[in-house]
This record gives sequence, C-alpha cells and structure tokens, in this order.
Amino acid sequence: MEFNSNSGFMYVVVAVVIAFVLLQSVVFFIKAWKRGKELGMDKQALKKTVGSSALFTIAPAFAILLGVIALSNALGFPLPWLRLSVIGSLTYEATAAAAAATAVGSSLSQRITDPKTFAAIAWVMTLGIVPGLVLVPLFGKKIEKGISNIKGKDSKWGQIFLSGLFLGMISAFLGLVFAEVHTGLVGWIPVFVMFASALLMMVCGLIRKALDAKWIEDYALPISLLGGMALSIPITNLVMSLVG
Amino acid sequence: MKQELSYRDSVHRLGRVWMLSALAMMIAVPSVICIYYSAWPSAGGILKGFLSVAPIFWTVGVIEVFTYVPMLGTGGSYLGFVTGNLANLKVPCALNSMDRAGVQAGTEEGEVISTLAIATSSIVTTVIIALGVLLLSQIEPILESPVLQPAFENILPALFGALGVVFVSKNWKIAIAPLVVMIALFLLVPSLASAVGLMVPVGALIAIGAARILYKRNLL
Repeated sequence: MEFNSNSGFMYVVVAVVIAFVLLQSVVFFIKAWKRGKELGMDKQALKKTVGSSALFTIAPAFAILLGVIALSNALGFPLPWLRLSVIGSLTYEATAAAAAATAVGSSLSQRITDPKTFAAIAWVMTLGIVPGLVLVPLFGKKIEKGISNIKGKDSKWGQIFLSGLFLGMISAFLGLVFAEVHTGLVGWIPVFVMFASALLMMVCGLIRKALDAKWIEDYALPISLLGGMALSIPITNLVMSLVG
Repeated sequence: MKQELSYRDSVHRLGRVWMLSALAMMIAVPSVICIYYSAWPSAGGILKGFLSVAPIFWTVGVIEVFTYVPMLGTGGSYLGFVTGNLANLKVPCALNSMDRAGVQAGTEEGEVISTLAIATSSIVTTVIIALGVLLLSQIEPILESPVLQPAFENILPALFGALGVVFVSKNWKIAIAPLVVMIALFLLVPSLASAVGLMVPVGALIAIGAARILYKRNLL
C-alpha cells in the first residue's frame, strides 16, 4: 500500500477518533446540564456558562489551528489534526514529533514519506500522553478527596524542579540549532531564525505589558513560531545570495 | 434494594469507561497505521524517541493530573484530560466560568459549571479545527510551494527561540548552565544532532543540578 500522510485512509482513521471524543463531550454536557437542573440551578446561569465558554474558546482554537499548519508540511494534515484537537498542545506535539523524527534518523524539515518513520513518530507522540489517561481513572477519586499532594511540603522546590525539566529540554533543542554552524554561513541560518523568533516573542511580551493586552498570551507562541518561520524565507534568501 | 449511586460516583464510572476507551482509540491510531501500511518501525527507534519525550512529558503529565483534577472537578477532569489543551485553554476556561457563575470548585454547582464549560470548549475547539483543516487541505499546493520550504525547514529554531524566551526569562539563573553546556556540545560535536533526544534528559539533569545548588544557597 502506497503511503501518504494525507490519504483518505488517514483522514478516516483520525475522523473516527475525533468523532468519538466529540461524542464524549456531548454526553458529559448533557449529564452536567441535567444535574444542574436537578440541583435547581438557574437555567440562565447555565446558558451563560455555555455562551461565555464558547466565546472564550474561539481565539485559542485558532491558535491551535496555526499549530496544525506548522506541522502539516512534515506530517500531513490528519495526524496533527488529531493530536492538536485531542489531548495535545503545540509545545508537546511539536517537540515529540521532532524528537521522534531525529531518533529514527529523519527530520521535520521535509514531508515524511516513509511509513515506518511516520509510524514511529505517531507512536512516540501517542506514548507521551499516556499518563493523564491512566492516572485520572486510577487516582482521580483519591486526588479529589485531597489524600495525595505531589507538591508535598516543599512546593517552591517543586516549581523549580518543573522549570528545570523544561529548561533542560529547551536547552538541548537550542543547542541543536547550533549543530550546523561548522558548515559555514549557511549553517547559521537556523541560529538567525531562532533569534528572529525570540525577538518576536519579546515584542509580544512588551505589547502584553505596555498595553495590558492579555489576549496576546494565547497568540504569542503561534505568532512567534509562524513569524520566525516566515522570516526564515528572507533570511535564507539573503544568506544564499551572500554565499553566492 | 440496591443503593442508588451518588452523582459523583456515576460520573466516575462513566468517566472511566470513556477515558479508557479514548486511550484504547489513541493507541489504535498508530497500530492501525502500522497494520494498514504493513510498516513496523524498529522498536529501538521508538524507544529512542520515547526516551527523549517521556522523562519530561510524563513528569509534567503526572503533575498536571494532581494539579488540575481538584480544579476541574470530576466530570471536568475526565473530559479535560481526554480533550487536552489544558493549561492554555480548558483550565482557564473552567476557572473563568466558575468565577463568573459565582460557584466554588469542588462544590456540586462548581462541578456542573466546570463540566459544562469544558464540554462547550471542547466542542467549539473540535469544530473550529475541523473546519480549518478542511479549508487548509484545499490550499495544500500553496503550502507545499518551494518558496515556503525554508519556513518548514526552520520549525524547530522558530519554536525553541520563542519557547526559550518564555522559559529562560522566567528562570535565567537555572538556564545558564544547561544552555552553555548544550550549545558548546553541539558546536564541538555536531554529529550529536541525531541523538538530540538523548541530550534532553542530560540537559534536564544539568538544569536540575544547577537549580538544586542555587536553591540550597538561597540564590533563587
């Protein structure tokens, strides 16, 4: 069977899972609505919750959609569609996909055409999100009762530990950006792009502060990511013309 | 006579069934890809990729469960952890809704509002992304044009440049050591690029080690 990450088969597989999760949302919605009526809650208040949640969601949902575009070149549409509408987030999915691609000797810079590579990436992305789906059914009840508290006595160290984990991951990938520098000016392109994207993120931060524009938080990452990607086009062209 | 289940217990039962089914379906996706295309990737490759992702994201996943379950309530948790995008969408949406409705997390009313908020948010997200993908697949040839290729070759620098600013600015003292070591490593040994996944836990150990030292000396 000829492999294509945008094949009808892929769309069907992904659509089935997404429909399943959509159905779950509907079932829980109905159950909660009925319960609200049982409790004698004001119907207007319930309706207001639905309306405001829907509004609240629109902006982040578009931000998530931008993530699908970023990953679509390497992975096609269906897989990023699934992973970003169910469970995932852009930070996780992009990192997991990149790590898996390099582990099997490929990269996200071109369309994955080898089904084995594609399957490996799909497996890694899937295995990475297992904990939530296992822990909530197992321990949800206990956690609710407040028996366990992972942060324990030293919650400040808990926070620092978590930041350390993220910084470790980020520094490894930022280091990777410098791996091609030894090849000359062309090898610096990723470094320039990294700085361009970092600059965009800083500008977003400044706008957030200066205008007290909280909305920009949702968009800062997609803006910087897609902005950095867009700027890589003139950067690449400029470097190529310099190198001749 | 059989005692009637409390509402929460019934949500737990329903939630477990749905969540474990969702887990089975998620695992079915890569399995089905392997079977349909009879393409079985090497276990070593998957393991290598897994090792670079799991130490960070499993830890984060575990912490998320313990942090968000009390906030989201029973129904909200079973739904939120399946539909995802917790920190950037579901959690603020649920908290915001409970705040507006003037109910507390953990109460019966909070449970209803939180579940409604997360269910609505999940449905809206799913619909927007589905429509978006439908439209995007129409303009696929544009996305694949050679002019745009440098953009896709530079996803990683663009992603980590932005993420770097966020995390490094918050914790620059912890960030210095792992950043210096990693950049030096990749400059000196470019061939490590194929093993970046294995460098992730190394970077994390350096960062946590540095953090521990700074923390013990009250420098954080």
